[in-house]
Order: sequence, then structure tokens, then C-alpha cells
Amino acid sequence: MPLNIRTYHELTEPDRSGLGEQIAAQRRRLAERLAAVGRVIAVMSGKGGVGKSFVTANLARALARSGRPVGVLDADLNGPTVARLLEAAEGRLTPEGDAFLPASGADGVRVVSMTQLLADGQPLAFKGPAAESFVWRGAAEAGALRELLADIAWGTLDVLLLDLPPGMQRFLELGDLLPAPPAVLTVTIPTPESRDAVRRAMRAAVERRAPLLGVVENMVGGPFAGTAGADLAEEFETAVLARIPWHPAPDTWAVLAGRLG
Amino acid sequence: MKFLCVECDKQMAFEERHLPGDGTLAAAFRCPKCGRAVALLTNPMETQLVSSLGVKIGGTTVPAEPLQTIRGMVATGRNDAFTDGQSDSRTVGLSWSTEAQERLSRVPGFVRGMVKKIYADYAKERGIGEITPAVMDAARTELGLEGM
Repeated sequence: MPLNIRTYHELTEPDRSGLGEQIAAQRRRLAERLAAVGRVIAVMSGKGGVGKSFVTANLARALARSGRPVGVLDADLNGPTVARLLEAAEGRLTPEGDAFLPASGADGVRVVSMTQLLADGQPLAFKGPAAESFVWRGAAEAGALRELLADIAWGTLDVLLLDLPPGMQRFLELGDLLPAPPAVLTVTIPTPESRDAVRRAMRAAVERRAPLLGVVENMVGGPFAGTAGADLAEEFETAVLARIPWHPAPDTWAVLAGRLG
Repeated sequence: MKFLCVECDKQMAFEERHLPGDGTLAAAFRCPKCGRAVALLTNPMETQLVSSLGVKIGGTTVPAEPLQTIRGMVATGRNDAFTDGQSDSRTVGLSWSTEAQERLSRVPGFVRGMVKKIYADYAKERGIGEITPAVMDAARTELGLEGM
């Protein structure tokens, strides 16, 4: 005779472990921390090497120069670069109450990156069993991302830019962690290869109901030929916010910052 | 993760947790009706997966430290990643024995500030004026700080 076993959700007695409540408390802490952030914008591309960090850093500086408080979180935990572009690679995190203050970078941009936390030249490695580490490593990285959002005293910000690594994984993690999907600023280079990879990322963003802010086409007028920016903008019914020339003009970034609204 | 005493149809309650230091975990649960206890034993990979989520089986008795997962789990952190900041009121009136200081100095710099604060909080909450290795041992056991 089969046993009559109640299901997980049918068991509602209080329990000291409260794992679900622990997770919920983490989410509340994150939401409270970001309550004073006007907009969270994920700078994303399905393609590597298109200049996401370059665009993030220069956009952040342009926004800051226009008087808007800006933060940048380098969400590329394994290949962090934006802190160096923002002259904050040597910044140290200082405790402040129940959080850490972000480092101050160029033009006063508040910056947090694994660059500041990892020993020089070392990869991001976690303590733990080496065998089949793929089972838990993703959870550890998502946990690190959560802490970098929730345990940093970002303060009042007009914009918090998240510099994402190539691909979609980090964006999906953000979708799970944040109270609402972040707005997405897409970066591509003109080539059809980039277009195809970026299209997949934009599709993932749309499926997660993330608002698309527009496309930035980078490295225009250089050796990369194509119309990826216009193609993607048309397909996703969004705008080409900027076509960044191979050698950006002095006002290139200010124009982009202005178009971001 | 929940445990059901099938015979009594009662959800079993968490009772205690053991971290033997080899990466494994043992957590005991007891049926509130018949008193039967079962132990959940996880292998290092399973233990790590739960730790990676930043949660503790059995719950927590102290609030999480900021960047606790990063500082506790990253193996390649730089020793000077964090500044001490201004003197913390929790350390006022608290002393560290020479042996405790020596033991603390062996903790990697990346995580030392957090470990020091956890011990200080533990001592303050219990009215302990001097942190000694015995206090550190007690805190480790009581707070589940194995690995720190």
C-alpha cells in the first residue's frame, strides 16, 4: 500500500531553518538597498569584445559630468575591466554600517568591481570541493552578484549601470535577484556576426519583460562593416541611441547620456 | 528542504547542526509528536551548494555580515581589499589576548576584518571583556563559523 506523503508545499509548520525566509530576507535587503537608485541599467551584449565596458565607463563619466550621481557595478566577475577604465582599480572598500562604501572613480562615479577584490593576476576562485564544481559555482557567482548589489552602500543614485559579461547568463541572474528586470542598453559592433549574437540576448531580455532602452553601435567606421545597429533597432522596435565612431568625438558620450533620458 | 515524519504526518523540526570541518554537514530533525530523530548528511558538494546560496540549514543566530559570501568563499581575494574604516564602537572596551591576536593574524587578510567583527560581536553580546582562543572556539561552534 503506497504511503500517504504530503507534498513540500503542504507542509506549512514553522521551522527554524526557514530557508525560504532566508532567501526572502536576502531579496528584501537588496530591494531596500536599491530603493534610492533611480534606474538600474544593464549594459548588455550577447557578444564579447564589442566594447560594453568601454561604453559603460564613458557613459557613466558623461552622466556624472552632467551632475547626475552614477554608480557602476562590474557584473563581469570573471573578466572585470570597467574599474580600470574608471580609474578605480586600486580603490578599496570601506565599511559603513551594515555595508561597504563603493570606491570613487573618475568624475566621482561610484565603482565596485572584482578587480578591487581579487589578488593581482588571479582568477575568481572559490573555496570548495574541486570535483564537479560546476554544480555550485553558478550559485556562488549569483550569490556574489547579489552581495555586490545588496551590501554596497550605493546611496542615492540617478543611475546604476551594470556592466555585464558577454552572453545572457548574468542578465538572467539579475532578473531573478532584482525586484524588476533592469532596463537594457544593448551594445553591438556593426558586423552581422555581432548582430546575430546580440539578437539572442535582446530576445532573452524581451522574454523577461526587460525594457529596451536602445542600441549603441560601437566601433563604427573602423574595420568592422555592417548594419547591426540599425537591423537590431528595427527588429526590436527600439532606437539606435548612438553610433560610436572608431575615434569618438569629444561630445560623443555627452550626446549618448542626453539621449538616455 | 523539509522533513516529514510519515508515520505521524508531522513536519519534523530542525534540532541541531554539525560541521565537522571536512566539508560535510549533519543536520538533525525531530518529529514533534513521536520524538523520532533523523539526520540529514550532505557531502561536500551539497554543503557547498547550500553555502553558495548564502543560507544556513537550521537558520542563523547572527545577522549576515556584508559581503559575507564573497569574503568567506573567494579563495583568491587580495589581502588589502577592505579598509578597516573608522573605529567600531563594538570593539570599544574589548581586548584581545596575545594568543587570540596571533590566531587572528593567521586568518587571510581578505576575510580577517569580517572574522574579527564576528568575534567582537559575539563577545560584546555575552559581556565578555577579553577575547581568548577559548572564546574564539566557543564562537566558532556556537555560530557555525567552521571554515573561518
